[in-house]
Amino acid sequence: MASVSDAELKTMSQEERARALGMMTEQLTSRSMFIEFKPGEEARFGYPWAPDVDFNKRTEIDADAMTTTEVNAKIRGLMREGFGTIVVKNPRGKHSLGVGILSRLNLIFEGSLGYFGTGLIDGPNVRINGRVGWSCAENMMSGTVVVEKNAGSTFGAAIRGGDLVCKGSVGSRTGIDMKGGTIIVGGDTGALSGFMMQRGRMVVCGNAGKNLGDSMYDGTIFIGGSIRSLGVDAVEAELTDLDRKWLTRKLTQYGLMPDKGVDHFTKVVAGKQLWNYDNLEPSEKKLIL
Amino acid sequence: MAGTSYKGSEITDVDQFLTDAEGLASAREKEIGQHIGYRYDVNLVPDYDRITPFLKDYVEFMGWDDLNWLEDVHMGYEEGKPAVFDRNINGWVRVPDSISLPDNQQDRDMIARELLIKFQMSDRHPLVTLRKAYTKF
Repeated sequence: MASVSDAELKTMSQEERARALGMMTEQLTSRSMFIEFKPGEEARFGYPWAPDVDFNKRTEIDADAMTTTEVNAKIRGLMREGFGTIVVKNPRGKHSLGVGILSRLNLIFEGSLGYFGTGLIDGPNVRINGRVGWSCAENMMSGTVVVEKNAGSTFGAAIRGGDLVCKGSVGSRTGIDMKGGTIIVGGDTGALSGFMMQRGRMVVCGNAGKNLGDSMYDGTIFIGGSIRSLGVDAVEAELTDLDRKWLTRKLTQYGLMPDKGVDHFTKVVAGKQLWNYDNLEPSEKKLIL
Repeated sequence: MAGTSYKGSEITDVDQFLTDAEGLASAREKEIGQHIGYRYDVNLVPDYDRITPFLKDYVEFMGWDDLNWLEDVHMGYEEGKPAVFDRNINGWVRVPDSISLPDNQQDRDMIARELLIKFQMSDRHPLVTLRKAYTKF
């Protein structure tokens, strides 16, 4: 593998590259490959391929006459030039803006986004000074996304990490299939929030609609207001001191700390009665993690 | 088919899965020969009083105010050995024997987070080779 140079790889087709790098010769054995941490590994904070950006280097994009693809390509280009703070003006509700950003960045949208805004991100801090449509930050891996107004349905669908915050209210199925991370809602959330949640934390300062946490396998939901009804296998649990400490820290961080504190929050977890993993192979279990 | 009760067992000791790799405690686990559920508490939120200097520097570099995605990273246990699940490779990465483990899960989680960052950002991470082979843009 080490004998193949980058120059040689560039001349190959994708399939040839994959074979040369040993990607298609590995035998699947249904067991973990053995990898061990190196205690003395060099400390680095960004992915090897991430552009070196400076938060103090700021620029603006006027998205008014641009397509979604053009805006996203422009953001990538500016990151390669080292810009660490990018302001997008006039997004005008375009869909899929700010997606697939895999490094640190301050990204500010001066307006509202359409569907699937800021999806698949891994690292950036995003502020949206408006509203968002369906599936904002779906499959988000890390970073922060703060929406100043309201959000549509499936807010944070399949999120795996990071903080996703809506200071207003959100639609139904918030955090559907979430596998990690934190979703915070300053207002209310609709029906079936936390549906099939597998891990992570959801905090709703207002009320929750019907079937909260339906079919959740794991994770934690904190509700500050009323709950219309709990879903299948969602049960109330006791708020611990560590929970209170964490909630206070998180809500204060985003300016959403209620005047009356956090003691009134109801904690909802999985009853684990739907856990029937018995017949699954260990490798299949890991897909759920 | 939905069940009617939780059939797994509870985690009662921080070293439970180091001393008992199989983790077959409940009647159902013994019957099927397989531990049910996770081998650590996935819902344990971090105690920020225990954050390490390296992790502080990392969150500052990223421009975050807290551990962010690392809140979901914990020290797990695989085949009787401490290990950390790396979501980027969908597999466990073992903690070498030379690293001594603290006596509580919170401090172990901080070590897990630190090790995982160093590994994920290194040139030997499998994602580096995957990108070389499959990246399209």
